[in-house]
Amino acid sequence: MKILVFAEQRDHKLKKTAYEVVQAARTVADQLKGEVVALVIGDAVQSFAGELGAFGAKRVLTVEDPRLLQYSTTAYAKIVADIALKENASAVFLSATAMGKDCAPRIAVRLDAGLASDCTSLKVEGEEIIATRPVYAGKALTDVKVVSSVKVFSLRPNVFTAGTGNDSAASVEEANVQLSEEDFGCRVVEVAQSKGRLDVAEADIIVTGGRGLKAPENFNIIEELAGVLGGAVGASRAVVDAGWRPHDEQVGQTGKTVSPSLYIAIAVSGAIQHLAGMSSSKYIVAINKDKDAPIFQVADYGIVGDAFEIVPALTSEVKKLLGK
Amino acid sequence: MKIVVCTSHVPDSATKVNIGGDGKTIDKAGVNFIISPYDEFAIEESLRFKEKNGGEVVAVSLGGDPHKETLRKTLAMGADKAVLLKDESSQDSFSVARAIADYVKEVSPDIVFFGKQSIDTDNAAVGSMVAEMLGIPSVSVVVKLEMQSGKVIAEREIEGGHEKVEARLPCVITAQKGLNEPRYPSLKGIMGAKNKPIEERAPAARSPKVQLLGMRKPLPKNPGKIVGTDVSAVPQLVKLLHEEAKVI
Repeated sequence: MKILVFAEQRDHKLKKTAYEVVQAARTVADQLKGEVVALVIGDAVQSFAGELGAFGAKRVLTVEDPRLLQYSTTAYAKIVADIALKENASAVFLSATAMGKDCAPRIAVRLDAGLASDCTSLKVEGEEIIATRPVYAGKALTDVKVVSSVKVFSLRPNVFTAGTGNDSAASVEEANVQLSEEDFGCRVVEVAQSKGRLDVAEADIIVTGGRGLKAPENFNIIEELAGVLGGAVGASRAVVDAGWRPHDEQVGQTGKTVSPSLYIAIAVSGAIQHLAGMSSSKYIVAINKDKDAPIFQVADYGIVGDAFEIVPALTSEVKKLLGK
Repeated sequence: MKIVVCTSHVPDSATKVNIGGDGKTIDKAGVNFIISPYDEFAIEESLRFKEKNGGEVVAVSLGGDPHKETLRKTLAMGADKAVLLKDESSQDSFSVARAIADYVKEVSPDIVFFGKQSIDTDNAAVGSMVAEMLGIPSVSVVVKLEMQSGKVIAEREIEGGHEKVEARLPCVITAQKGLNEPRYPSLKGIMGAKNKPIEERAPAARSPKVQLLGMRKPLPKNPGKIVGTDVSAVPQLVKLLHEEAKVI
């Protein structure tokens, strides 16, 4: 059995999630006596594609074309599916990032394959891969088995650990896929990235503020703490709906589901739809005036008190610790 | 312009989930069902498209009779026609997409809208699958949309930013919060929707490609400790995060 991993790169750098997925594929392949082949797509990717060897890919295939500098849903889906067929892969793994979530369904259709999306755990039982995937934003978990002959799995970022890799090298081979203008039915023409701003979906530490902060300008204490910790700013639905913060910071069932190492909820009461989106964080800290706030039910550590006194003190204490 | 909008009927986001007797689905007793929140942005955008470019909006939903409630609301917001693809079996994304694609092919629309995901199964897959089945482009998680001669310019959310995507028509768009402010149905709309028929179709039989083995609740977290009740607890909290949790 062979697993093809579509390893995502942006701006000529492999994403951390690419290592995570290769490592997860390696773990599954070891139990099934299979092999892992990784695929990197872009305009020029040869120079770094081999890095995936250290995480368990014996072979790395590259598809390069100047038209692939920017992402194209249709072209990328075609390339991944064509290579999967050529390689006779029985499973395709990719990460459930903005790009992975966008092209995985199209890859599955092209391969007549079932898709288990946003998986948070994979285990091997006999010859089968059983995937666990959260539903209802994590209020429940399902175990699923893909029953088509080719299977597609997208894995939630930040959940599978990549480790630091070893010193194994991969052979890097150029693969050819014929692309016509027709294959570029949609393509990215511009990327606007907020420089230096971390996204909650990718951050290892998230500091979230809620309605208890009373006014949008009071988010400065959240931003300062997040800044010192090197984390991202998150927001509850209430503050996003009030227009205090942009929607891409919203954590919860109608925002993003996150699982950072540390989640600090400040003046967030913990509505059920918010808890669903962050309960799988490794450590949760709650700071809230109301000792009965539901957020304390899921918090590992809590301080009952006024955010406006506690948060600045916390920021300076962390600064002291980190020598900043 | 022919515009299709696909909606799904899901438990309210305030629902406390309990596992049903079959061990595979949730216990629906006492659960309030709504239009999946992202679908409301899709409906609103489909109506704005019609208002700008003329044409008609066809609302499509796959499921049992309760889905008619969602379709009725879509009609009340301003859709012209509603179709229920009647299928009560529990299905994976692929077979849901297949049934929708088979119907949409018949309509041959210029643009098809979905919510970016249904907030029950959270697959975020059906819209893009339908596009691939129809052989047309798709842009997912869209927060801004414009039409220019024969194509759309869509902005989609990615990690830490946005991507501007150009897509040829016809295409599929999946809507993200922020795309627009969904309207409330007017009283006239609500009254009018009562008399509009909901066409029922029986999709062809499909077999799922993903089998659901079981559903369970995540293990409850052990209640943590309250470190203190004022600012004096801060050094202790930082110590715990550093030495016990080892996260900073």
